[in-house]
Amino acid sequence: MRGSLFRKNLVTTLLLAPAALWLVIFLVLPFIAIAIFSVGERAPEGGYQAALTFAQYANLPARATAFWNTMVLAPIGALACLLVAYPVAYYLALRAPERWRLILLAMIVIPFWTSLLMRTYAWMYILGGRGIPALLAYVGIQDLRLINTPGAVLLGIVYGYLPLMILPIYVSLERLDRRLLEASADLGATPLSTFLGVTLRLSLPGVMTGFSLVMILLLGEYLIPTLLGGGKVFFIGNALVDLFLQSRNWPFGSAIAITLVLVSVVVLIVANRISTRLSGARRVDLI
Amino acid sequence: MRAFVLAVFAFLYLPIALVVLFSFNAGHHASEFTGFSLQWYGKALSNPFLVEALKNSLFIATTSALLAALCGTAAALGLQRVGVRTRALFDALLGAAIVVPGVVIGISTLVALVQLFAVVNPFLASLWPTDQPPRLSLGYGSIIAAHGLFSMALVTMIVGTRLSSLDRNLVEASSDLYATPLTTFRSIVLPQIMPAVIAGFLLAFTFSFDDFIVAFFVAGAQTTLPIYVFASIRRGVTPEINAIATIVLCASVVLVLLAQWQLGRRKPSP
Repeated sequence: MRGSLFRKNLVTTLLLAPAALWLVIFLVLPFIAIAIFSVGERAPEGGYQAALTFAQYANLPARATAFWNTMVLAPIGALACLLVAYPVAYYLALRAPERWRLILLAMIVIPFWTSLLMRTYAWMYILGGRGIPALLAYVGIQDLRLINTPGAVLLGIVYGYLPLMILPIYVSLERLDRRLLEASADLGATPLSTFLGVTLRLSLPGVMTGFSLVMILLLGEYLIPTLLGGGKVFFIGNALVDLFLQSRNWPFGSAIAITLVLVSVVVLIVANRISTRLSGARRVDLI
Repeated sequence: MRAFVLAVFAFLYLPIALVVLFSFNAGHHASEFTGFSLQWYGKALSNPFLVEALKNSLFIATTSALLAALCGTAAALGLQRVGVRTRALFDALLGAAIVVPGVVIGISTLVALVQLFAVVNPFLASLWPTDQPPRLSLGYGSIIAAHGLFSMALVTMIVGTRLSSLDRNLVEASSDLYATPLTTFRSIVLPQIMPAVIAGFLLAFTFSFDDFIVAFFVAGAQTTLPIYVFASIRRGVTPEINAIATIVLCASVVLVLLAQWQLGRRKPSP
């Protein structure tokens, strides 16, 4: 019996060991490494020099513009995503004909899994000089600049992250107990108050999941501001690429990365609190 | 509402359609479609740098997805056999691997590996008998490992979901009939989770093949397809990129559809 228990534990350990090693070596240790770097100093030739100082954190305001752009455009982008996504999720979950539902859902999932680089590139094409501005020039509107503006970045954000917002909201709406809607109507509620009091309220966990996922990914976004903001609208992600790959100020970059992770954690915790308070937390499958 | 939903679908697909359309453009200019031609595909596929980047991406995506499918499936099976605490710890780490922005994963892996190489390389050199010791550096290995992190977490989640809906009675019946655990696994568990494993592999492949930001940090001197495309986009939009984009988009669509089909197979009725 002892032997079989030992063998059972051995098998469990062997099954979990590769994943555990991978998580420790490529997630936990690297995170500890940048935490250590963030309290270090920049070596004269770039890179890292051991120290224990909070100078890097005190220096964060030097990248205030990147933080400001990110902290303004990420919530606005996530909100814009939400406003577009909600009616779509609502239609898919409650209004779409049964035989169309899966096809439409697949059509939402596919863009999510296709290259963000390629999809953002498509908009460079459309908003760039030979795209919409060229078309508008035909009808007399001259010299309209669309690309490299905050508006273009916002558009790219909505385009890129719309699927990720739709899916969790769809899941929460799909699981909604339809009898509640009937009950609400039977009790004399208007469609609007049924929507506000029942549908919207019960789908809030999905809304919060979608909102926080999109927010967190936006905090680290690099491609959209780079390609559609053209160096004029830069995010924290751009500051990080600059600090690690160009100016090689790794300690300062690490401090920014740690701050970014902390902000993400706060976003997650707040979103989680809100949705557990409103109704039990729900899993969301990304496919 | 129907009109709005229709507009959103148009919004999602028109830009992609435009890229695909212009990849077949005979003319050189992006603004007008002057006729059908495959010339840009020919140009793209005869560009040695691009072909090299494509080969690198295929190799990296295949390797990291295979490793992720193996380790992720093993982890999902192992997590069925551990206590609540170990499970919670794993779930937290796997969740972090999925949710931490790619830019942070890229940076932290870069920093950790560079420090590790700074220690290991002199050590290897001191042990090596000849003058040319092997030197660890950023490249295929680091991209595969960094991509594998996200992919493995993804596979563990997908396979874990399938395992939790597995019919326990079948497993018990099998062991009651004196099947060894290995036989039970091979004939009961494996066939049921296989679609999830395959779907996980396909999605992992798609992720790795499409990823730009993680690879951008840890690629060292290597080039992957997204890194190459990013660099050429910054030099200016050319129809050649439309052709590559179309190939990549088609590949992703096929893989995602395959993954969805696999996940839809043998779904236990709720």
